[in-house]
Amino acid sequence: MARISMRVDGMKVTDDIEPRTLLVQYLREGLGKTGTVIGCDTSNCGACTVHLDGDSVKSCNVLAVQADGCEVTTIEGLADTVETDLHPMQEAFRECHGLQCGFCTPGMIMQTVDLLKRNPQPTEDEIREGIEGNLCRCTGYHNIVRAVQQAAGTEVNAL
Amino acid sequence: MIPASFDYVAPTTVEEALAALAQYGDEAKVIAGGQSLLPVLRMRLNAPEWVIDLGRIDSLRGVRDEGDSILVGAMTRHCDVATDPLVAEHAALVARATATVADEQVRHRGTFGGALAHADPAGDLGAPALALGAEFVIAGPAGERVVPGTEFFQGLFETAVSEDELLTGVRIPKHTGWTAHYEKFVRVAHQWPICAVGATLKVSGGVIEGAAVGLTNMGSTPLRATGVEQALVGQQATEEVVRSAAALAAEGADPPSDLNGDADYRRHLVTVLTRRAIIQALGG
Repeated sequence: MARISMRVDGMKVTDDIEPRTLLVQYLREGLGKTGTVIGCDTSNCGACTVHLDGDSVKSCNVLAVQADGCEVTTIEGLADTVETDLHPMQEAFRECHGLQCGFCTPGMIMQTVDLLKRNPQPTEDEIREGIEGNLCRCTGYHNIVRAVQQAAGTEVNAL
Repeated sequence: MIPASFDYVAPTTVEEALAALAQYGDEAKVIAGGQSLLPVLRMRLNAPEWVIDLGRIDSLRGVRDEGDSILVGAMTRHCDVATDPLVAEHAALVARATATVADEQVRHRGTFGGALAHADPAGDLGAPALALGAEFVIAGPAGERVVPGTEFFQGLFETAVSEDELLTGVRIPKHTGWTAHYEKFVRVAHQWPICAVGATLKVSGGVIEGAAVGLTNMGSTPLRATGVEQALVGQQATEEVVRSAAALAAEGADPPSDLNGDADYRRHLVTVLTRRAIIQALGG
């Protein structure tokens, strides 16, 4: 067993875990934060994306012990980082209907929040490239791109 | 999918890491960013008894100016290499190639040294490092040794780093003022390339004074297209020159055949990608 401490969505946690525990497993099974989902389990789909010390990562491809001492933000804590009820990206996904089944949405939102942090006014191409590590099997990405444009305050593609 | 059980140690210095390697030897795997290793462990293609994590060794991070060359610490993340001002100025090809590795999330975790030590022939960083004449700094029980790219890459997932050694950094001779482009052909976004070409050039007064061209996934190791380079150097930077030079790209290559394409397809593809890479490096 290994002792880990980290801050998850603003809450300090300490646990003894098996070193092989993946970060996503620890978040879901250890902390009950099931808002972060496991999609492909092969580090392709990006559904499990969280922020680790401010950077988007695929939490199925990080060991929980590697996150020892770090700050983790999941979809469940994202709205706590702003004054409003929802984070502007969540609001934009709702507004633009940037989802159908919703399974990719937690990862999409965490990745696009990261994207706008680095590039506040991305072009459509930059948005599409920025989510190349996130797969959506329902929307064809059109409304996801529109949601990111809306959150960025740039011109939103016509329907 | 969850890895098989292992014990874990996270040394904070290279010396401690070498001591752990000496102690656990072939029962251990070294983890850098883990973006290649963790999928392997999860699919249980490998089940080491010990995992030695280099993530707490701060001295292995960052890019340093060493006069005629730059030294990229093995644990420097892809996202940091891709945006590093020294890399952009003196090794533009490395910056270009690194920015195309996998996707943003992977680039936030994956490391320069980890990817090179993994030595996947479809990995994006080997060919640029080889083309730029990089030297690989390897620490071991007997001290430090430095090997050139031609010796570092030994085969499929095989390098000169032995079980009791660690890759600590990569020294890249400065190619200041060289333009560069990495042309990558993928079947699916964020996947490994079927084939890719890195080209970097020094052009003065319309004449190509220097050329370095590296090929990804055209053999079991990264390759350097020396025939292409020789056909470019000393010539005017015209489309005709580029076209006939690029036609030589597959010379000496031994590409794999797989579901994405057979060897002959890759031999043709590499000439097209080489032409595109050189033309882009020349400014489109």
